[in-house]
Amino acid sequence: MKKDGSILLCGVGGQGILLASEITSSALLKAGFDVKKSEVHGMAQRGGSVVAHLRYGGKVYSPLIEEGAAGIEVAFEMLEALRYLPYLSRQSKVIVNTQRILPAPVSIGAELYPGDVLEQLRQRGLSVYPVDAFATAKSVGETRAVNMVLVGALSLFLEIDENIFLEVIDERIPERIREVNRKAFLRGREIVKDIQTAQEPGS
Amino acid sequence: MGKETVFKEKVLLSGNEALALGAYESGVKVASAYPGTPSTEILENLCTYEGIYSEWAPNEKVALEVALGASFAGVRALATMKHVGLNVAADPLFTSAYTGVRGGLVIVTADDPEMHSSQNEQDNRNYAFAAKVPMLEPSDPSEAKEFIKLAYTLSEEFDTPVLLRTTTRVAHVKGLVTPGETLPATVTPGIEKIPEKFVMLPAHARRRRVELEKRMKSIREMAENFPENRIEWGDMKRGFITAGVSYLYVKEAFPEASVLKLGMVYPFPEKMIRNFASQVDEVIIVEELDPFIELHVKAMGIVCRGKELIPSMGELNSRIVKKAIAGDGENPPFEPARIPMRPPNLCPGCPHRGIFYAISKLDVFVAGDIGCYTLAALKPLSSMDSCVCMGASIGTAFGMEKALGKDALGKIVAVIGDSTFMHSGITGLVDIVYNRGFTTVIILDNRTTGMTGHQPNPSTGVTLSGDYSTAIDIEALCRGIGVKHVQTVNPHDIAATLKVLKEEVQRPEPSVVIAKYPCVLLPEMKKRKDKDLYVVVSAKCTGCKTCLKLGCPAIEWAPLSEEEAKAMGYKPKQKGHARINAVLCDGCGQCAPLCKFKAIALEEKERK
Repeated sequence: MKKDGSILLCGVGGQGILLASEITSSALLKAGFDVKKSEVHGMAQRGGSVVAHLRYGGKVYSPLIEEGAAGIEVAFEMLEALRYLPYLSRQSKVIVNTQRILPAPVSIGAELYPGDVLEQLRQRGLSVYPVDAFATAKSVGETRAVNMVLVGALSLFLEIDENIFLEVIDERIPERIREVNRKAFLRGREIVKDIQTAQEPGS
Repeated sequence: MGKETVFKEKVLLSGNEALALGAYESGVKVASAYPGTPSTEILENLCTYEGIYSEWAPNEKVALEVALGASFAGVRALATMKHVGLNVAADPLFTSAYTGVRGGLVIVTADDPEMHSSQNEQDNRNYAFAAKVPMLEPSDPSEAKEFIKLAYTLSEEFDTPVLLRTTTRVAHVKGLVTPGETLPATVTPGIEKIPEKFVMLPAHARRRRVELEKRMKSIREMAENFPENRIEWGDMKRGFITAGVSYLYVKEAFPEASVLKLGMVYPFPEKMIRNFASQVDEVIIVEELDPFIELHVKAMGIVCRGKELIPSMGELNSRIVKKAIAGDGENPPFEPARIPMRPPNLCPGCPHRGIFYAISKLDVFVAGDIGCYTLAALKPLSSMDSCVCMGASIGTAFGMEKALGKDALGKIVAVIGDSTFMHSGITGLVDIVYNRGFTTVIILDNRTTGMTGHQPNPSTGVTLSGDYSTAIDIEALCRGIGVKHVQTVNPHDIAATLKVLKEEVQRPEPSVVIAKYPCVLLPEMKKRKDKDLYVVVSAKCTGCKTCLKLGCPAIEWAPLSEEEAKAMGYKPKQKGHARINAVLCDGCGQCAPLCKFKAIALEEKERK
């Protein structure tokens, strides 16, 4: 019997969330899981808040994650990590890209961007894994590879061999930008590995 | 042109991709559609298969007529559309139920409960009942592929068009799909004149009406043994009747219960339903939106519960179903956080922003339409005052003009996109010219169908398959209709655009202003890295917030405390300053001339 899991990916339209969920789904599929993922196209993609639900296991019925049932949240933008709180449980792991993209009410000066997103998450007892995915993507030479840094970070929590992910990246990403995407993926993995090592008792 | 799709093993496909594969395996030869979320990707995928003619039609009515014609010619044909598209195509739908088909004809309607990207959440199962056409409803991508093949078999066996309904959580869900065999053709293509079947004048139509009743009776009988109407026996306490994605929520919420899953949601297998209902203690009907199954089951005299428990608005999910039926479960541990909303917005560099900023200076009622530009209704542009359906801008603006008479001059404009104008705006403009109106029509020509993901349309000169074609000349078309005053403006030049608009809205005869500039997301547009971008020279910024009224995502307000203001050399009372996010700016230049203090400048020049 395959282990069940749910991953909520959220962020801002245009950040490459759909491709990230696609790569993750394909890797899960290759590893032998049944997979369903749900997303929304159209108006929401124009700079609005975007969310994709990904569920996997032996047999998956509903394509939607229930509130309180997401095992992992991957927030492609910091504020968005807070928007989907009702989907999380106290055991949820939260991977947060620390990049800020100001929503319209903030950029026109009507509201403030909260300065304590990570603290708010930690206060609720959640395991938080902050990743500066934009800077990381930039350091490997492609700012648009933010999504692949986050897939790399996420991959560490899934019991799938990293080579399966790399195979999927090779299949799905055009050759011209394949190498930077591989690098971005591996860097994302390392960042979370480092966080985990630092958290280990006695270290 | 382009790649050819061939699958050999199990693949992860969306419902829409699965429908394209299913249409291919069904031997579809002609497919026509107008893009609309959540249906668009069906044809975008189908056009990658070999041997199928697929096209974007100007609207859904034409799409269905093209598919019906192909069926008359003896090939399998497909029309796809979003739920509101079927309203446009309803005319041919109702009478195609009379003519029936030669080659199999399937119409996919993609409904959007929750209105993720739609103006209403109508339940198109009602069309199956009203038009007397059978309807299949898959619950996931794997079923989507199988059901469309079944739909073609049914269509040819019973001489009827068949509706296939998806919802957003089928169309845009990805799941595992197994490729299969191709259906052999049963009809020989060619011209066959069968006037008593194809010419629906009253004498023929009355006879076809009788045929239609006989046909529905046969389909109702067949429904009893239709393999996709099936009972999954579990415990006998609760028996669920359900269909589509709601079936998945029921299985998730009540895995032990007995379930009657309807693969065909119209007509109903009455004996099967009676048998099921008689064996369980309680019948509960779980369906999204209207009580469609519920009303029919209740009309059979069966006691059941449905909408008294299950919401009739919005999408369902397994939690809603569980809570509605089994009472309060455990609440999720975290309440929503109080954080700023993130509504969708026009992109940085969007040409629509310029035209709507200019319109906002006119003090007019803006009858709007459907597209990305509907987002101009949101703050801070706030320059759209109505939006109803595709093409409605022109008719509603003209109706307001006629209601108010001369007083309306200079006070009402219609705003419509290029693709929407092609879809159903042209006839509205004909009305203005014919009935001697003066309503100004502003056509936003961004050379694409933006919101649905950049499909070409009749005015762009490119087809679905990427071939070049005749681009309908919007300006010449308007002149041909009889509009004497047609002007084309560049919406990025707000001052020049505003000057033209001011002239045209005051003109006491029909006029059209075409705001023409390509969508910033089109692949052929210059990339950001090759453009000159803008910056705010913070020393010059007085914090007046004029530039923020554009609502450009790249222009951000940086609030300052009194000390910070002083430290930056501002007056202590200055509450903040604007800045341009270098990662987002697209260099469109709309903002620079708006700044009276010349605080917005090209980055290059500033560096020098």
